Amino acid sequence: MTNPIENGPLSPQEAAIRVQASLKKRARSERRFQYLGIAAITLSILFLVLLFAGIFSKGIPGMFQHYVTLEVLLDKDRMDPEGDMSAASLYSGDARGIVNESLMNALGSPEGRKAKRAARAILSSASASRLTEFAIKNPEYIGEIVAVKFAVDDDIDSFLRGFIARETPESDRRVNDQTIEFVDRLNQASLISYEFSDYLFTGSASRDAEIAGIKGALIGSIWTLGVCLLIAFPLGVATAVYLEEIAPKNRMTEIIEININNLAAVPSVVFGIMGLAIFIIVFGLPRSIPLVGGIVLALMTLPTIIISSRAAIRAVPPSIRDAALGVGASKMQTILHHVIPPAMPGMLTGTIIGMAQALGETAPLLMIGMVAFIVDVPGGVMEPATALPVQIFMWADFAERMFIQKTSAAIIVLLAFLITMNAGAIILRKKLERRWQ
Amino acid sequence: MVDKLTDPKEVDFQDREVPDETVGEIYVDNPRLTARNVNVYYADKLAVDNVTLDVGSSEVIAFVGPSGCGKSTLLRCFNRMNDTIDICRMEGVINIDGDDINDPKIDVVSLRARVGMVFQKPNPFPKSIFDNIAYGPRIHGLAKDSVELDEIVERSLERAGLWSEVKDRLDQPGTSLSGGQQQRLCIARAVAVGPEVILMDEPCSALDPIATAKVEELISELRKQYTIVIVTHSMQQAARVSDRTAYFHLGKLVEVGETKQIFTRPVHRLTEDYITGRFG
Repeated sequence: MTNPIENGPLSPQEAAIRVQASLKKRARSERRFQYLGIAAITLSILFLVLLFAGIFSKGIPGMFQHYVTLEVLLDKDRMDPEGDMSAASLYSGDARGIVNESLMNALGSPEGRKAKRAARAILSSASASRLTEFAIKNPEYIGEIVAVKFAVDDDIDSFLRGFIARETPESDRRVNDQTIEFVDRLNQASLISYEFSDYLFTGSASRDAEIAGIKGALIGSIWTLGVCLLIAFPLGVATAVYLEEIAPKNRMTEIIEININNLAAVPSVVFGIMGLAIFIIVFGLPRSIPLVGGIVLALMTLPTIIISSRAAIRAVPPSIRDAALGVGASKMQTILHHVIPPAMPGMLTGTIIGMAQALGETAPLLMIGMVAFIVDVPGGVMEPATALPVQIFMWADFAERMFIQKTSAAIIVLLAFLITMNAGAIILRKKLERRWQ
Repeated sequence: MVDKLTDPKEVDFQDREVPDETVGEIYVDNPRLTARNVNVYYADKLAVDNVTLDVGSSEVIAFVGPSGCGKSTLLRCFNRMNDTIDICRMEGVINIDGDDINDPKIDVVSLRARVGMVFQKPNPFPKSIFDNIAYGPRIHGLAKDSVELDEIVERSLERAGLWSEVKDRLDQPGTSLSGGQQQRLCIARAVAVGPEVILMDEPCSALDPIATAKVEELISELRKQYTIVIVTHSMQQAARVSDRTAYFHLGKLVEVGETKQIFTRPVHRLTEDYITGRFG
């Protein structure tokens, strides 16, 4: 018998030297990998910071706008020609004339049609209805003189922000010299203020940038997502449970599985075309309604929910199923009592991801007509509506300077909505996790 | 003897001839479980090969044998746990108290209430200790009201020797217990539905020696009321807890007999080689 070590491929001394050498090489490659990882993280953080800085620097100013404070005499006869203080009567009153007179008074009663037109260009075209609404909300001020804030026209707002330069020749800018002089006069009287926009959250779609808001789109998004969640979550979970726990493993289920996975990669616009073809053309549902939008988004979200739910179900240890079956639980009892509860957090994660996708989806909603110009706030799933991302898409398309800020402001609202939704789901998930672990 | 240990031919048990006939007494006077000509296939692979065996009432029978000999597969036939494996197929007849367990009229759920099972790895539900025990009685409707349910839980835990250790923390998760306690919790859970037979699939293989001793003690306690079939890899454990021992080899039941006789005077050569530690 010989010592096997002597016959080994290397002597221990030689092996030690080579190991030392390889150690250095290994340490180097590990360090390199670490640096690469850190570099990747730094880069992505940098991009995120740039993204957020860009959005917030544009969007925060978009949440504010300029107002002119005017002393208004709410003359009873002119405001309320019928004399019954009904909304119809107030809307038929001469609010426009009252606002214009107040403005002229504030500007020292300019003479001439041209000057008057220049003065009127300062105020938003929605000022008259703002006064009417003020009167409806505060009927006790009728007959008195009150200070009311009116939004300035979007061009004036851009001028006040410095986006329209004084130095530009008059023919090249959207605000003429006369108007600028009037604005300066109002500024000297400190009648112009820069405040949080009350149109952003209460207004709906409008061609006038200064009074455009996201209320309608936000409510539309909530309706659409509500429909989407109600359809996609139960359907997705049920599909995942069936495929994972009940269905026999054969060719048929294999084909279904492959198709579900492929469906997750189908461009969303395709779902929109399908929604148009099936729900609107075949089933005859109206266009632009959250019901159709929600169904289409649900179909788009389903694969995501199914795939993640299946992964969550597969992660439930088989020993738990054995334990339940071993004490005599039926298959359904095992699934309902012991598989779904511990898998629920994972299923919720998939649902959050799916809903976040659905929230930001524009293309399928364009296909089913949710891009329409809808001023009313939708009161249900059968009323025409638009959605936040579609609203953003439309605003981004408008030419007025002020819409750029409004667009960024709307993006911030969309992000905030998304974060709130995700936070809610994460809290729910943590709660469920604590209960079952 | 020493020469045989070093002789590779003696160690390679795959080459040995496995007899068709089981050695020893396979029938008992008062059987609870009877298996007749049982074959079990995984797809095309024969895992249990023509096994005929009786398990008497109130006895502890140990299944021993090298890995892959089919002892766990046979055990899982007794409460039809193999149904959960798609490719698994059983032939032959198994009766419990004279009822065919594969009779389509018998609901597998009621069979599993009669034949409880304890698994290799402790697998308490991720629920409270109380709910772990109460789950079985609840789904089978064993308790008329919550008072009775409390009683069942207490008696089951007592029977598993766990009551004094956990009575103050019944609302805590079952997974917070130590490994040995978890396994006894699983035994208590099996006991709670009032079974006649308890199947144990290597119940101590994941436990330390002290926890093992406790579980073995518990088995000796439980033998008074239940028929126990235990699969084990530990010869000492089989010797300590069982009345009869069955030795399996390559899917066949080679020898069965009184534990004392198997361990002192094995008849078959394979049995002798296995229990003396020559292979396996």
